[in-house]
Amino acid sequence: MFSTVLLPLSEIGGGIYLGWGRFLIQFGNLIVIVVMLALFALALVLPFPGTKRPK
Amino acid sequence: MTTRESDREPQGDASDSSWTMWARRWVLKHLPPEKLLPDGQPSYVASWIYVFGMGAIASLIYVVASGLVLSLNGPAWYHVSSLGRFVNSSHLWSVELFFMTMVVHLWGKYWMAAWRGGRVLTWITGVISFAVSIVAAFTGYLLQTNFDSQWIAFQAKDALNAVGIGAWFNVANLGQVFMWHIVLLPLAVAAIVALHVLLVRMHGVVPPLEVAASDAQLRADSPAGTDTTIGGGAR
Ligand code: HEM
Repeated sequence: MFSTVLLPLSEIGGGIYLGWGRFLIQFGNLIVIVVMLALFALALVLPFPGTKRPK
Repeated sequence: MTTRESDREPQGDASDSSWTMWARRWVLKHLPPEKLLPDGQPSYVASWIYVFGMGAIASLIYVVASGLVLSLNGPAWYHVSSLGRFVNSSHLWSVELFFMTMVVHLWGKYWMAAWRGGRVLTWITGVISFAVSIVAAFTGYLLQTNFDSQWIAFQAKDALNAVGIGAWFNVANLGQVFMWHIVLLPLAVAAIVALHVLLVRMHGVVPPLEVAASDAQLRADSPAGTDTTIGGGAR
């Protein structure tokens, strides 16, 4: 039973970190931020279905 | 024997001053049915940026539903069985979605200055729901009962002790954290979101910056002189 509860040591690592100079970010956090920025940009440029844009 | 008319008639004066009548008048004035459940929205609402508030609500509904399943089955189920772990994971991912949609929503409202026209409370309830959601997520991370949660609790206790609330909000007390996470904080988030959405309905959706001064749909909603549009309508 415990084998299903306890993770192998290799999976407990702190994740992947990316750094440029003094700037350091965890990979998962970077993905979340990039996805949010992409959603925001797409929400502004994609046409909304079912509406005709006035010219 | 006949009943006197006056015995059956509602007391005119009393009904005017009763709290039920006062509340009815207040609700009908500020939140009439056509505002609470409108049959349409102004044309500028036809943009994807207005969908993210509803996206946050949809995510929140899944968060709460999956959380109910988790709490009814308990950790001996969701930490061990494969279905339990799946539901546990979907609970986490719906929280990720909740925060992502909430943050895009926040950015959208920030850049359209959606607090204009007497909508300050809508903005503030948004800020509070963001803050309360963060605390709810924090208690969720503490419930993992693994090395991660141990580390988070260990770091957090210093901060909580430093601000003097460690004795009441004790991250080392798992039972207490559990109650915060599955009862108190979800109720708080739900209440503040409900208030937030009612406020949006009360005020109507804010017009885009360019048309703020000329928009008839907004003018019709707000009594003369209460429109605090930036630029005071001079734009
Ligand atoms: C629990 C998270 C939240 C939920 C479920 C939520 C939900 C909603 C919904 C459904 C709307 C109307 C539709 C829309 O414009 O998207 C709305 C409007 C609004 N939200 Fe939120 N919101 C949340 C968090 C926030 C935050 C963090 C802020 C800003 C600090 C915010 C500020 C606003 C404002 C100012 C409006 C009014 C926009 C207008 O009148 O046009 N909300 N919210």
